[in-house]
Amino acid sequence: MPTPLIVSEVAKSFTMHLRGGLKLPVVANVSFSVASGECVVLGGPSGIGKSSILKMLYGNYAVDSGQILITHADKTIDIASADPRVVLDVRRSALGYVSQFLRTVPRVSALDVVAEPLVARGIAAEDARERAADLLARLNLPRDLWQLPPATFSGGEQQRVNIARGFITDHAILLLDEPTASLDAANRKVVVSMIEAKKTAGVALLGIFHDEEVREAVADRILDVTAFSPRKAAA
Amino acid sequence: MSTNPLLKVSDLSKFYGSRIGCSAVSFDLWPGEVLAVVGESGSGKTTLLNCLSTRLMPSTGCVQYHMRDGEYRDLYRMSEAERRFLMRTDWGFVHQNPADGLRMTVSAGANVGERLMAVGDRHYGRIRQTATEWLERVEISQDRIDDQPRAFSGGMRQRLQIARNLVTSPRLVFMDEPTGGLDVSVQARLLDLVRGLVNDLGLSAIVVTHDLAVARLLSHRMMVMKDGHVIEQGLTDRVLDDPREPYTQLLVSSILQV
Repeated sequence: MPTPLIVSEVAKSFTMHLRGGLKLPVVANVSFSVASGECVVLGGPSGIGKSSILKMLYGNYAVDSGQILITHADKTIDIASADPRVVLDVRRSALGYVSQFLRTVPRVSALDVVAEPLVARGIAAEDARERAADLLARLNLPRDLWQLPPATFSGGEQQRVNIARGFITDHAILLLDEPTASLDAANRKVVVSMIEAKKTAGVALLGIFHDEEVREAVADRILDVTAFSPRKAAA
Repeated sequence: MSTNPLLKVSDLSKFYGSRIGCSAVSFDLWPGEVLAVVGESGSGKTTLLNCLSTRLMPSTGCVQYHMRDGEYRDLYRMSEAERRFLMRTDWGFVHQNPADGLRMTVSAGANVGERLMAVGDRHYGRIRQTATEWLERVEISQDRIDDQPRAFSGGMRQRLQIARNLVTSPRLVFMDEPTGGLDVSVQARLLDLVRGLVNDLGLSAIVVTHDLAVARLLSHRMMVMKDGHVIEQGLTDRVLDDPREPYTQLLVSSILQV
């Protein structure tokens, strides 16, 4: 199996200039890889740096050192040092991310929020909306909400919109930040089956799941982030 | 991905006597890319925008523009007539105050039609038809086409200014605080409109704003200015989620949460 995601010796710290230059180490010496068709789960207690790792992989956080190698269409790109437009191109074509919270845009309907990643790849708006509708139906989002902007939705409803948006593409790598946190049991099952389908399709998945049942169901391997914590090393 | 930047800016500076307007700014702008320039008042962002759009001559530096014929031309070596033609056809400039970008005493339809005539359209019926379509696109109802912008609200004027700028299918649009004086609800409508148009038309844009939420919503890439210098730049998500410079951290931490 190919390995579309390789992380090598990544270190990250925050320098808080407004707190007199206080330096907060987050993670150090992060090295791992995720193969196609595999779901790797980041484990460890809260605040250990799991979400930070996902944000670095998606380009939202800069890294201090190390490489984040993403292989797509026979090209390998280092997210840690790539130009903004290269990062955006990788996001458009190869790298998906389901964040914990949905960033809503005023006046854009739930259906269009979900369809957007396909439209950005040049798929006709009508076809993209059809695919979006399938996903929202599968995630049991009430049909009368589809045409409304998600800003006023409940946490669970927003999360399902977010999941649909992340799963709609056929990206080779998918990052999941607690996608089931505010879902009920029935919808958690739907998400688990959607993750299974992605694995079968050969997608490399990296996720954070605090729900034990979900984690048991989807994880091929658990990566303990405590091992990358510089605080542990200092202790 | 395209291989030629639309705009190549190198070492651009503007001094007002001994005072710095903007200093040693270099960047490439790619087709379809939206760049936000942020910073507080007096940071030099409007000076930079005015230099880039040739409304102001820089003290040093050079800006090369990728013309439709595939050649790069140095903007400051063009003749005044060539620059004006570029401004009227291939570029747009959306001012903070719509009154600066519109003719307030001619009709809305004529405001839009005037730009079409600048690119050589002479057929009155067709000009009116296109103007009507564009007013509809910016959500101004058809029956207002013969009204003067003087009779429009601030939000409508701003939308009319956008229609006037986009009617000639420009490749590059400069925007100076496009949502500046507008109510929050009007701002949201305008932002959504601009975002949709930029995506649909694949334009490149340089947006000057002091509002980081506007930058997050509209831009791919962000440049932070302070005292005339670009102090930090990068992917918009990265600059806002993981600001590195002290001043950027101050800006981001000063956003009010609702």
